[in-house]
Amino acid sequence: MSGENEPNDRTEPTEPGHRRGLDGPAPEERPTPAGRRNEQGIRIDPEVEAKQEPRRTVISTLVEHEPGVLSDVSGLFSRRQFNIESLTVGPTTDDDRARITLVVEEPDPGIDQIKKQLRKLIPVISVRELESDAMRRELALVKIDADRPSEVAAVADMYDGKTVDSCPETATIEITGSRQKIDAAIETFEQFGIREIDRTGTTALARGTQSTAAPASTTESTAEAASHPQNQYAPADDD
Amino acid sequence: MSERATSIPPEEQHDDQDADTTANAGGDDTTAGGDDTTAGATSADTAAAGNDTQPKPVTTGAESVVRALENAGVEYAFGVQGGAIMPVYDALYDSEITHVTMAHEQGASHAADAYGIVSGEPGVCLATSGPGATNLVTGIADADMDSDPMLALTGQVPTDFVGNDAFQETDTTGVTTPVTKDNTFAADPDRVGTDVSEAFALAREGRPGPTLVDLPKDVTNAETDREPDEPATPDTYEVTEEADPTIVASAAERIENATRPIMLLGGGVIKGEASETCREFAIEHDIPVVTTMPGIGSFPEDHELSMEMAGMHGTGYANMAITHCDTMIAVGTRFDDRLTGGIETFAPDAEIIHVDIDPAEISKNIHADYPLVGDADTVVSQLARAVETSPQATKWRAQCQQWKSDYSMAYDVPEDEPIQPEFVVEALDEATSDNAIVTTGVGQHQMWACQYWTYTEPRTWVSSHGLGTMGYGLPAAIGARLAADDDQEVVCIDGDGSFLMTLQGLSVAVRENLDITVAVLNNEYIGMVRQWQDAFFEGRHSASDYGWMPEFDKLAEAFGASGFRIDEYDEVADTIEAALAEDGPSVIDVHIDPQANVYPMVPSGGDNGQFALAEDQL
Repeated sequence: MSGENEPNDRTEPTEPGHRRGLDGPAPEERPTPAGRRNEQGIRIDPEVEAKQEPRRTVISTLVEHEPGVLSDVSGLFSRRQFNIESLTVGPTTDDDRARITLVVEEPDPGIDQIKKQLRKLIPVISVRELESDAMRRELALVKIDADRPSEVAAVADMYDGKTVDSCPETATIEITGSRQKIDAAIETFEQFGIREIDRTGTTALARGTQSTAAPASTTESTAEAASHPQNQYAPADDD
Repeated sequence: MSERATSIPPEEQHDDQDADTTANAGGDDTTAGGDDTTAGATSADTAAAGNDTQPKPVTTGAESVVRALENAGVEYAFGVQGGAIMPVYDALYDSEITHVTMAHEQGASHAADAYGIVSGEPGVCLATSGPGATNLVTGIADADMDSDPMLALTGQVPTDFVGNDAFQETDTTGVTTPVTKDNTFAADPDRVGTDVSEAFALAREGRPGPTLVDLPKDVTNAETDREPDEPATPDTYEVTEEADPTIVASAAERIENATRPIMLLGGGVIKGEASETCREFAIEHDIPVVTTMPGIGSFPEDHELSMEMAGMHGTGYANMAITHCDTMIAVGTRFDDRLTGGIETFAPDAEIIHVDIDPAEISKNIHADYPLVGDADTVVSQLARAVETSPQATKWRAQCQQWKSDYSMAYDVPEDEPIQPEFVVEALDEATSDNAIVTTGVGQHQMWACQYWTYTEPRTWVSSHGLGTMGYGLPAAIGARLAADDDQEVVCIDGDGSFLMTLQGLSVAVRENLDITVAVLNNEYIGMVRQWQDAFFEGRHSASDYGWMPEFDKLAEAFGASGFRIDEYDEVADTIEAALAEDGPSVIDVHIDPQANVYPMVPSGGDNGQFALAEDQL
């Protein structure tokens, strides 16, 4: 190829050959609008740019109990870079259905996207973001050095923990409760030396007579939801 | 001297005039095209009836698979044989479905994709397990990005072997989950036909997309007498057809009060058969129309209101209109980054009315002030009923026309330099009818094909938009040819790099005697990369300069196609005419100016309104 043009040569109109490109007012000669959008594509007043803060919330989905559905859901989260904190899956009263409970942390538009993208998966029957007053529970098994057994038992008592296994060297305590309670228990157990921890992630149900994720709840108009993206839920703490 | 419609020997112009004056007939054609599929199904029925026999009851899983395709009205399938899919092919042997044996599975998936674009019905492709399935993946991903209806059927090793790393085993459903609308591992011979029916329905309904059914050899070989159910989507699949009337009402009010309105028509307009309704709405209310790349053909580009394509290589006037509008009626578009450029500067003064059948597209990239979830045709009709007075936008329309002249797409044709590619695209357009179908690869030639061909009808622009798959053009031309009406020319405008990736498809075109014309805009570069290297990498042509290309005309002849070559302007019109006159496939190797660049250009993440008209503005 002979056309080894130096990149800047082309600005010279006297260069042999024609100037490559089209005619018209240059960028700096054009009018520009004053408005701007933020990262979420929302129009903003450049003076008062409010960045959307991520919030933690629980999303409960009812799915067809079939092979591959868990990987469909987890794959969706990884490929769309949604921030997921925990995922639990378990059977329901209906053998053909399972419930997947997700704790996610995203700004409002991200949470909105998560719900919509989940709903698009064919084996997903319904998707619902739970209110902040929903019941949320987690279970943890904490294996502790049992050098001071009576103190361990006292701390376990404080958190309504149950000793499920013990030997001269270790004691394993089962704790259930809100995430915060388990965090606090683990922090307190640290003084004895923690060998291993296993936590289940959050399980959750809506309160009272509301059903957590029944097909009926999907009839909630998506358009309506989209027109009120500013639904504010209280932070996700309960108990 | 620069004129957009550079004068071409005017022999064929009367044809064009005819086509122009019968624009309405053209519109009717598309409706007829839509009916065709129904007609196709009916004729299949009559054919079956003509045999004086009811279809034979199915006896195996494979027969049930093929029966499901027949029930769905499938006329063509594209594929490549192989071990694990053999039972299905054996069942296909007795079927009325015409199978086109492709040279490579990637070609099968692109051909099926293009068939789906042109016909509106899912294109069907088949491949065996392992490499067959993985070779389909590019075309499946392509269909997924562009929401094209497609059904892929893949063979799989027998169920007992799955998970053992058996010969030609790949976790096909695992591999394709991220790039399909839905996929299924068929585990039950009694259900396998229904799995295929359901996948076919899912590919077509709502927002279209590719679906896949993985068919283990023991399942297709197994005995079953279960006829497949009719194609229907599963109960968990819901589509909203009609938008919320209160949002429609407020959107209508916004349109009535707009002073700088535009319509932005995306690929969803074409897929939703909403082109006619959108045209009527725009013309009724005198609203300028911009399209996305997949939206090309939804609005006639020779209409005064057409601002043509916006985005990275969109026209300057489209990008000015998009940047300065105060109200955007966006229909069937997902606001891809090639359209929006930098989000912060995208239509920053516009209130956005977003019509889409997929709720997940609403406010995904650009916040919708008026979210209208529903079918494009239904919702635009709702809007049409709700809008009582046209927006007062005389000044805005004048401004748009001014931009059209300020940022004209006119190009120079210097006699002392090699052929300019724009000239070739315009010459091909001149030499063909308004209904001609254009397919492309990906790169500079694709952008010239967008910019310098005047599209007037939906389903005539067949390209790889979202995935940007080099090599799409030739296999797409094969699929498009079989879906098109006989009087529609099929022209593949390709690049040398793109053509080289899938040109084994010529063997298929020759064997099937398909009337397609491939024009390779040959600059012996990966031209778009070369252009970016000049602009952003100090002209360091790392791996973009082929330096040598085979003689494509000779290569075509070796395949049994007709080969042509163009080096000079005065050869252009005659050679194109001769190539188009061939009944079978022909290839024109057009040696274009290797230094030709695509403008206007908005750099990645840039401000649409600040598009560059030449390299020094980047």
